[in-house]
Amino acid sequence: MTTAHRRLIGYAVRRTAFALVLVLLVSSAALVLVDLAPGDVTAELFAAGLGPEAIARERHRLGLDRPLADQYVTWLGRAVRLDLGTSLRYQRPVRDLLGERIGNTALLGACALAVATLVGLPLGVVTGSRRGWLPRAVRAASLTALSVPPLISSLLLALLAARTGWFPVGGTGLAEAGPGALASAATVAWHLTLPTLALALPFAATIERLQSDATAAALAEPHIQAARARGVGDGRLVWRHALRPALRSVAAIYGIIIGTLFSGSFAVEIVTAWPGLGRLMYDALVSRDIYLVAGCAAAGSVFLAAGTLASDVALAALDPRLRQDAP
Amino acid sequence: MTRALGRLVVVLVVVAAAAAPWLAPHGSSDQFADYLNAPPMRLHLLDTGGRWHRPFVHPLRLVDRLESRYVEDDSRRVPVRWFAGGHLWSTDAPDAPLLLLGADRLGRDVFSRLLFGARASVGVALAGTLGALLIGVLVGGLAGYAGGLADELAMQAADFVLILPAVYVVLALRATMPLVLEPARIFVLIATILALVGWPMAARGVRAIIAAERRRDYAAAARSLGAGHLRVLVRHLLPAARGFLAVQATLLVPSFILAEATLSFVGLGFVEPTPSWGTMLYEAARNVRDLGAFPWLLSPAAAIVLVALAVQLATAGDTGSGLLWRAGPGRARNLQID
Repeated sequence: MTTAHRRLIGYAVRRTAFALVLVLLVSSAALVLVDLAPGDVTAELFAAGLGPEAIARERHRLGLDRPLADQYVTWLGRAVRLDLGTSLRYQRPVRDLLGERIGNTALLGACALAVATLVGLPLGVVTGSRRGWLPRAVRAASLTALSVPPLISSLLLALLAARTGWFPVGGTGLAEAGPGALASAATVAWHLTLPTLALALPFAATIERLQSDATAAALAEPHIQAARARGVGDGRLVWRHALRPALRSVAAIYGIIIGTLFSGSFAVEIVTAWPGLGRLMYDALVSRDIYLVAGCAAAGSVFLAAGTLASDVALAALDPRLRQDAP
Repeated sequence: MTRALGRLVVVLVVVAAAAAPWLAPHGSSDQFADYLNAPPMRLHLLDTGGRWHRPFVHPLRLVDRLESRYVEDDSRRVPVRWFAGGHLWSTDAPDAPLLLLGADRLGRDVFSRLLFGARASVGVALAGTLGALLIGVLVGGLAGYAGGLADELAMQAADFVLILPAVYVVLALRATMPLVLEPARIFVLIATILALVGWPMAARGVRAIIAAERRRDYAAAARSLGAGHLRVLVRHLLPAARGFLAVQATLLVPSFILAEATLSFVGLGFVEPTPSWGTMLYEAARNVRDLGAFPWLLSPAAAIVLVALAVQLATAGDTGSGLLWRAGPGRARNLQID
């Protein structure tokens, strides 16, 4: 094992440790915050006409009448064993709920990221290396798309879908899917179209703009001049010689994109009724389901930390300069 | 050219928000029972006989209650009144209100609500930005000036807030307060939450600038002339961060407008009947399938995009490098300011 490898691994280990601390802090904070909030999950029982004694009994059964520190220690002890408690509202283990939902969010996020990259990168290379009306039109389109956040893009696409009926608007469609794994996969993919496009749009624009700037900057470098002097063709110059240094600066944005993607996914999930983590967190907050909120916050920060970690390590692998002053 | 255009739009939006009661033909909660979900009215200049008039509208008549379909009643002309009754434009007839962007489910004028909504949406974003910059200047300025352990701690805290899942933090913070509050308190609450989430980028930038500036000769000169630490920091060093703060503000305002919209959209921000762009979108999207029939209800979405686009254009060049600067190598440690 070379020194460079060891450094890279050390870097990854340190980042993972930081991520774990983050997860612990965020989920604890969520638990405490929701406990501070007025009302709890038993509020609905009052509306359902139950008397104070019945509510007190229910609170006792759920352990909500114990002091916060006490509840927190119990939760922490379980969380270490990856048991995040039972959702007070759904009456199901939080871990199972999270497992279902985070998969949906990850699917949506991965699809959107893939679409954004596949559309944004090539367009960016073209606009960064050519002149004329086409690159200018792409640039204008992506400046506009940059100003359309996922909340708006999903509403606009929902409007389009409602008017044209091109694709379905809400849910996963699993309930009305035909039998067989293939049929349900096709239905889910069909229902995934709208949320994916809505989420991918602003990120495709971000990637296009960055790749465009980076390509233009890379093409101005002396080594490109040298290659051109050696007689390397234009296409090869742009797609081979300039691409690699240009990709590095775009790779750097992925860490940030994953965070924003995660936030954007929340809005898209709410509008298009995609059953992901965002919707679950929202439901948990509204019904004051403390263990579910803490679980969602934990899952959210794991998701985010894992994404940032992956992109940081990939970046460190791409760019040796980063490893030297790594924290 | 485009920069000037962008700035013009930004100024117009702020002026429109400030002058909402005068620019709006109707109050934000005036209801017109005969105009539920009515489409936008057209301003006419020519009557059916082909003669020219000052701008006028035809009243709308409901022809299909089930589909909320309206037709223009072109037998009647209702002229637009200018500068009357404290409004820029309005109509005389109570049965023919001026509905430039149509009406919502409750028969309220969408155009008027859009203007009043700008006060809540843009106002809360501006207040949040101001708060975020204030915290950023305070934390970043002190960290950059003091250096050492304080610097290390402050930047760790900034890093920590920076990598939190922002939406979840905002939601969780909002959820700790009672759901039902009066509008003024919601305004303060949202602005505070936005400031608490938005300060780290400002703090890092200010810290980097102050840390570099305090080693310069002019700072040493000020010190040796007997200026106190506070005076050196506030009068001599902080002005160097002005440009950076301006760019930071232009990045924060559109994202905070969107944050308000998202919060209100999920029912944790402003609530009906307070008009804000978020509550209007919430009303519009109650039934997604209805959107196809009443697209004018999405005008707040257009307004949000317009503001974001105008800010983009107004700062073209600044934010371009800003984006790269955010993404630069080792973004967690060594920020470079050019």
